[in-house]
Amino acid sequence: MNLSNYLVLSVLLFSIGATTVLVRRNAIIVFMGVELMLNAANLAFVTFARMHGDLTGQVVAFFVMVVAAAEVVVGLAIIVAIYRTRRSASVDDVNLLKS
Amino acid sequence: MTFEAPDIQWAYLIPVAAVLGAGVLGVLVEAFVPRRARRVTQISLALVALAGAVVAVAALWSDVSDSGGVKVLDGALVVDGPALVLQGVVALLGLVALLVIADRTESGEDAFASAVAAVPGSDTEAEATRRGLAQTEVFPLVLFALGGMMLFPATADLLTLFVALEVLSLPLYLLAGMARRRRLLSQEASMKYFLLGAYASAFLLFGIALLYGFAGSVKLTDIAAAVGTPSDLDPLLLGGVVLVLVGLLFKVGAVPFHAWTPDAYQGAPTPITGFMAACTKVAAFGAMLRLVYVVLPPLEWDVVPLLSGVAVLTMLVGTVVAIVQTDVKRMLAYSSIAHAGFILVGVVALTASGVSGVLVYLLAYGLATIGAFAVVTLVREVNADGAVVAEATHLSQWAGLGKRSPLLAGAFTLFLLSFAGIPLTAGFTGKFAVFTAAVEGDLWWLALVGVLASAAAVFFYVRLIVLMYFTDPAGTPGEGTTVIGGEGFTIVAIGAAALGTILLGVLPSPILELLADAARFLP
Repeated sequence: MNLSNYLVLSVLLFSIGATTVLVRRNAIIVFMGVELMLNAANLAFVTFARMHGDLTGQVVAFFVMVVAAAEVVVGLAIIVAIYRTRRSASVDDVNLLKS
Repeated sequence: MTFEAPDIQWAYLIPVAAVLGAGVLGVLVEAFVPRRARRVTQISLALVALAGAVVAVAALWSDVSDSGGVKVLDGALVVDGPALVLQGVVALLGLVALLVIADRTESGEDAFASAVAAVPGSDTEAEATRRGLAQTEVFPLVLFALGGMMLFPATADLLTLFVALEVLSLPLYLLAGMARRRRLLSQEASMKYFLLGAYASAFLLFGIALLYGFAGSVKLTDIAAAVGTPSDLDPLLLGGVVLVLVGLLFKVGAVPFHAWTPDAYQGAPTPITGFMAACTKVAAFGAMLRLVYVVLPPLEWDVVPLLSGVAVLTMLVGTVVAIVQTDVKRMLAYSSIAHAGFILVGVVALTASGVSGVLVYLLAYGLATIGAFAVVTLVREVNADGAVVAEATHLSQWAGLGKRSPLLAGAFTLFLLSFAGIPLTAGFTGKFAVFTAAVEGDLWWLALVGVLASAAAVFFYVRLIVLMYFTDPAGTPGEGTTVIGGEGFTIVAIGAAALGTILLGVLPSPILELLADAARFLP
């Protein structure tokens, strides 16, 4: 099977994630969009590793998983703190800061 | 298959290891040291670690300037002139910023919520405040962020770049949401910073994936070699470079990736605003310099127009929007966006003087930024009972400050003049260095736009100075606002920043010569 199909899939997933961040209102869903983008990048890394016959890309994918886990910890902490304050996780409701 | 243990030259890692190690120790302090002693322990630990990092950088200096730099950790990090200068600058600015972060009011309240996890306005929060609890976790978080910032400009491969970016960003997202006063604004700032920051780092990561696909390696040296040889994978290269640059431009707050900057700077606790405005910019511009100077020279025709366009937009938007602001923190945020544009002028020059110019500018900007935000932490509102509450950030509350507190207003004036680039302040040295570098790099039109934008920026800095000295406040002078002294840490930080600003403005030549020697990247 042609390896470049995986790259197409990866770009597709990345675009879906990026669009999710831009159009959805719930902070959790927005955050899921970001995670989808990171995992799309992982797919690209692994595919390129296979294409080049080089292990680096697979190692990078592991690092990205760990970083993404750390990001989830921080991100959910922030979103939960806001939810407990306002009883809402919508990014449109958080709009006190304006010029 | 045999396993070869990597040969690690620990000596070159001491500055970073000291800071990150102290961060880990700080976490242990939270677990094992009794609550009464925690704050003192954390502050001493952090100050010692940062001072140690500065000393270690100085000790490595002659070695690195003789040899031109070394690669450590199997080529993951590179300690060369610019990397060492940037590590020193980050550690030094971090030391000054830490003083502001550590300071408390006379009643023993620091800038951070007594219990960050408690809902604002709840009984739990009131109870925590009554018992005088403090979140001393702030200090390890600051150290981790500083460790990431010191790694960031020294990364020689893109994987380390990504990890360092996250190490510096994640603690900052949290710190932005920890303010004691105006907690809703602070939490909002934290969420906006986090979501946009994570979005930008996802772009950066995908860019790294494309560059890996192009070159078959994440090492900057290999990518630079692959860029020089023609191949049919150029779309991957261009896409990757643009996405990685987007991620870095986001971190420095360049237009059109600046949307988070005003909100995060305004909502975050003011000591943290000063810290992240100064140190993040130093680190991110350091990483951008390395990428642009090591990897991109063969792509000059594609990258220079892109970065020049971003620089022009950043200077203009930052300057114009700062003029209409009414909140002093927000005004300083837009001014820092404008400064990102001025620094980009030095980055796109693509000359050796561009590197040293950017380094000087970063030092000048960092000192003035930490100083200015430190002044903001001391000007407070007073409530009906006469108790000191949140910072007085509305511009009208600063009217007449020069009469009530001449020294503080004088220091603030100095920092504003340095931002404006008035001669005999550090800001002038920085602006002169980057604009001459741009002229040397045949980008005189960009330097011209920069000079015009700085002239326009003088307007809103001077307006604030006029407000402090020559405007009478409405009502009785000083009503509703007061100037606090704190425990003295902030005063020391303001003094140090002011001294640095004057020295770099009056006697710039020793530093300029030092940086001109250091401004060579190890390929």
